[in-house]
Amino acid sequence: MARITMREAISQALWEEMEHDPNVFIMGEEVGLWGGTYAVTKGFYDHFGAKRVRDTPIAEAAIIGSAIGAALTGLRPIAELMTINFAFSAMDHIVNEAAKFRYMFGGQFTIPMVIRTVGGGGRQLGATHSQTPDAVFAHFPGLIVVSPGTPEDAKGLLKSAIRSDDPVLFIENATLYQVRGEVPEGEYTIPLGKSKIQRPGKDVTIVTYSKMLEISYKAADQLAKSGIEAEIVDLRSLRPLDMQPVIESFKKTNRAVIVEEGWKSYGVGSEVATRIYENAFDYVDAPVKRVAQKEVPLPYNQQLEQMALPQVDDVIQAVKEVL
Amino acid sequence: MEKQEYLDLYYQMVLIRLVEERAAQLYQQGKIGGFLHLYIGQEAVSTGLISVRKPQDRIITAYRDHGAALNCGIPAKEVMAELLGKATGCSKGKGGSMHMLDVEKNFWGGHAIVGAHLPIAAGLALGDLYQENDSVTICMFGDGATNIGYFHEALNLSKIWNLPILWVCENNQYGMGTAVEKASAVSEIRQKAEGYGIPNRRVDGMNVLEVRKNAGEVIDKIRSGEGPFFLEIITYRFRGHSMGDPERYRQADEIKKWQENDPIGILRNVLIGEKIVTEAELDVIDAQVEDEVQAAVQFAESSPDPEPEALFENVYAGEYTDG
Ligand SMILES: Cc1ncc(C[n+]2csc(CCOP(=O)(O)OP(=O)(O)O)c2C)c(N)n1
Ligand SMILES: [Mg+2]
Repeated sequence: MARITMREAISQALWEEMEHDPNVFIMGEEVGLWGGTYAVTKGFYDHFGAKRVRDTPIAEAAIIGSAIGAALTGLRPIAELMTINFAFSAMDHIVNEAAKFRYMFGGQFTIPMVIRTVGGGGRQLGATHSQTPDAVFAHFPGLIVVSPGTPEDAKGLLKSAIRSDDPVLFIENATLYQVRGEVPEGEYTIPLGKSKIQRPGKDVTIVTYSKMLEISYKAADQLAKSGIEAEIVDLRSLRPLDMQPVIESFKKTNRAVIVEEGWKSYGVGSEVATRIYENAFDYVDAPVKRVAQKEVPLPYNQQLEQMALPQVDDVIQAVKEVL
Repeated sequence: MEKQEYLDLYYQMVLIRLVEERAAQLYQQGKIGGFLHLYIGQEAVSTGLISVRKPQDRIITAYRDHGAALNCGIPAKEVMAELLGKATGCSKGKGGSMHMLDVEKNFWGGHAIVGAHLPIAAGLALGDLYQENDSVTICMFGDGATNIGYFHEALNLSKIWNLPILWVCENNQYGMGTAVEKASAVSEIRQKAEGYGIPNRRVDGMNVLEVRKNAGEVIDKIRSGEGPFFLEIITYRFRGHSMGDPERYRQADEIKKWQENDPIGILRNVLIGEKIVTEAELDVIDAQVEDEVQAAVQFAESSPDPEPEALFENVYAGEYTDG
């Protein structure tokens, strides 16, 4: 096992898949000369050249639209959107074209593309640049939505995403790039659409993903000091949503808290809670709790922004309420 | 031009320069968060343009907005307070560097999604046309923004509806690290206006008097009902795209070459060379600006953060119950 950062893990996955398959290529804003705005593709341009590491104009619709077209010819584009906030400028191509073409045209082709992007708040970037709209994209059948919380998962899931024959939206979190974790040596992949127990426990189930995994770990550490053993289930993929580990855990703990960074209304927590009620109603000992962002656009001021974002204490409080 | 008008141009450019230099320091001290895009090097553009606008004329720009904000008459202390996220900032600490706006000054922002404000600018102009106001909208944007669909939709609309709008492309040679020639099919950006039948000019943006003269002439045309006009203003940003830009995409001697064309130095030389003012008079202005910016920083630092309640204010204009 090697201990590497999330940034390195993602970079390795891209590098390995580029080496592995000449049909894989990267395109996006500042991915080449600059080396990626978050330095994920640093060194790629020099090694793979301008044909396979393509700097694009600021033209999100063209980035995603042309990635779809290239995928239709058999290539495996990795289209990068500098942040998920700019995905709205490409919304039509993501949800109306990428997500629907295969179905609507009777399964005549596949769309093997990855949209890599970065979401999340907490960096004082203001309302337009701080969003976590993951659930919006997970709403659309035909799209796969992945959002890892550890370097190991990021690497294995991204490799699977690149090899997948379906369009995958791969959502990273800017505040996780420096986080380190153990990653297996050598070649490995992790299947898309599989949740994972990241921390075993028996008293309460915390369901979460991405940045909020970190927050949930911290909450679980503190809860452990007062003898409460939280089990953390990491969704890793929002669509398809693998509820089996969640339901199994819930049948054991009978209590659940769902932690997400995005807004609560119509969010990931709403979906997961409903599926718990639908599939394990007889096991419910307390109403399922959701911890999420306050229902406001994120403000610039640091204190206000932190007030709006889910904190460790919010998770602890929610756990205490369901116990 | 009156002597006082020359002095005022000089004063505003020096004010922008100093506010930006202080902002860079405050950013390095961790007092400003998020992204900070400095206007240093481009002062002559917004200063020249806005010097000829009438109070009823609307100004709208992208995220590199401190210069335009100051030119529109937002006091330096309110700009500084916004940068520090304080309640006394022009956007009450909720917008930050990229999202400044002041309706009373007819300054309509401060917009951080590249190109998104162009259709909005067309709407401002439509509002004025519709209500038969004697107003012109001046919309500024970068060279990079001319490659996104929003630009093309907005220009087209402005022409077919004969909107009273001045499109101003600040061609500072780069969109982040991507040189104009690499991102735009035509590197003479004004040719894009040509494609929509919009009359246009290319102007030296390091000379505030040139900018002012051209802007004055074309704004008069627009006001008289001739429809949209397009200015491509050639300029250069002396600093990185935003704080922390590694600037791998350009050479130090290129920056040096442009810095020899410092817009403030150029104006100084003209004013002294043509004996419009004395050096001593300009030095007095320098000292005044120094004091003003010092006071602005003090004001900002001693201003309060927004109250916690501000987090939930202004999500909607109406009152609704949700829950
Ligand atoms: C739709 C969208 N895509 C990408 C970005 C990220 N981004 C911010 S500024 C910028 C470069 C813009 O360049 P230009 O329009 O030339 O303006 P300049 O920064 O040179 O003033 C990019 C790519 C964004 N804010 N919005
Ligand atoms: Mg530019």
